[in-house]
Amino acid sequence: MPSDFLSNLYVFILAGFVGFEVIKRVSPLLHTPLMSLTNALDAIVVVAAIIIAGRHETLLSTVLCVVAVAASFSNMVGGFLITDRMLRMFKTGGAKRP
Amino acid sequence: MSGIATQQLLDSAYVVASVLFILSLKWLSSPVAARRGVLAGEIGAALAVGATLFNPDVQQYKWIIIALIIGAAIGIPLGLVHMTAVPQRTALSHAFGALSASMIGIAEYYVGIPNISRFGMGEIALEVIIGSLTFTGSVIAAGKLQEILPQRPITYKGQNVVSLSVLGAAILLAVALVCNPNAPYLFPIMVVVALGFGILLVTPIGGADMPTVISLLNSYAGFSAALLGFVLNNKVLIIAGALDGSSGFILSVIMCKAMNRSFSNVMFGAFGQVQASTKAGAEERTVRSASPEESAGILAAASKVVIVPGYGMAVAQAQHKVRELYDSLSKRGVDVKFGIHPVAGRMPGHMNVLLAEADIPYDRLVEMDDINSDMGQTDVALIIGANDVTNPAARTDQSSPIFGMPILDVDRARTVMVIKRSMNPGFAGIDNPLYYFDKTLMLFGDAKAFVADIVRELSGSSK
Repeated sequence: MPSDFLSNLYVFILAGFVGFEVIKRVSPLLHTPLMSLTNALDAIVVVAAIIIAGRHETLLSTVLCVVAVAASFSNMVGGFLITDRMLRMFKTGGAKRP
Repeated sequence: MSGIATQQLLDSAYVVASVLFILSLKWLSSPVAARRGVLAGEIGAALAVGATLFNPDVQQYKWIIIALIIGAAIGIPLGLVHMTAVPQRTALSHAFGALSASMIGIAEYYVGIPNISRFGMGEIALEVIIGSLTFTGSVIAAGKLQEILPQRPITYKGQNVVSLSVLGAAILLAVALVCNPNAPYLFPIMVVVALGFGILLVTPIGGADMPTVISLLNSYAGFSAALLGFVLNNKVLIIAGALDGSSGFILSVIMCKAMNRSFSNVMFGAFGQVQASTKAGAEERTVRSASPEESAGILAAASKVVIVPGYGMAVAQAQHKVRELYDSLSKRGVDVKFGIHPVAGRMPGHMNVLLAEADIPYDRLVEMDDINSDMGQTDVALIIGANDVTNPAARTDQSSPIFGMPILDVDRARTVMVIKRSMNPGFAGIDNPLYYFDKTLMLFGDAKAFVADIVRELSGSSK
């Protein structure tokens, strides 16, 4: 077992617990924006795609990762955009327009 | 600047991004701070992407820039879709996320051989299998939600045996690859088998189970990203993936509880197929129906009204008419609240987003448990396009397929009104005894047109 694995496992487990505690507190009111926001955060895989595509090791790896850059970046842009649009719609009675 | 110093600077950008991601989700806990959360996420993502572009490993920029432009060109329209299309958009973004995670895993395999350790091979194989099945599964889910594919469960005899054998085959191929990582011909077969399993997994699942499925796919997409972080030793991927994965997992658990069903029952139970229409119309039961005029009269005379929206409201695009009804009744001093069942609609929180879009204040949207304690003092419960989530058989009839499912206790209101196209049961095919109660009035018609008629009657009589 590589030594990196254990330190990665630490990070994974701790992040999982943080996620559990934080997300438990999200009101059911906002479950749809929660899903689109986590989707946008998950699109951070774009950084891995950029590095592998940028190394340009083989044609196959470059092509695959260029597709991956486009797919994940579309999630990043679209995910943040729609989450913000949704959250803007949530208003209280007082802030309601006449 | 030396290479090592640059690397450390880039890594610290990832640390800051990870902190911002956690804050982003933390701020989502209240609607007031939530938009700040999006901003935190955006800054974190921009920081991480910007730092990565300066990574000394990145030597070829042309295709990366083109890919980023294409990604933005796809992402912006997907971020601007109509709110009714949000469930299919979400399924599609799970597909994109899983697609990129598997593509990167595949690239990493072909770059790495013949120097991949058995342990590394195990990580890559697991990552690519989960990514691939999530990709095809999400595409099927998006197709069902967009109604390109039929929403009803598609089942055949021996389905579960076939599906599980395909999954077994993918796992066996992964084991073979771990035994001998340097077998590049096995790898694409494993990918294809995993893609096939994703199709088999989601095809049999009906539209009413989509809230659970979409949450589960959300969780898989997150965990595949986290696994990719293990493969590439990239901690920001592990953190973002773990956050996304645990979020999807929590939502799946909430959805399952709200239907009183287990994961395996949702994935392999094919809801709506099991009941062979019990007691097929043995007794002729009568229902009472009412016109828009009569309904308007009853609503105007009420002091507390609870509106229960469901998928039917979304299909009929009735949310804006419902807002007019809300305005009209509120103006008359009627206290109007909305009772939201966790699985109403096609994804978690679907109804809240639709009603918020129609400018209904979110403090009027009440969760199931809270609204149920009010139901006894409610004059009218108005059900718009919801069925199973109001079915009292879930409390009383042990033979009902939804027995044990928590429901909105609309039958405790003084009068129940149900807007419905006809007496045909939905495709879940479960009869709803609520419709035959003495206190229940059936309002037959299209949800949008009927609500519009009620609003017209209300405004007419006030002049």
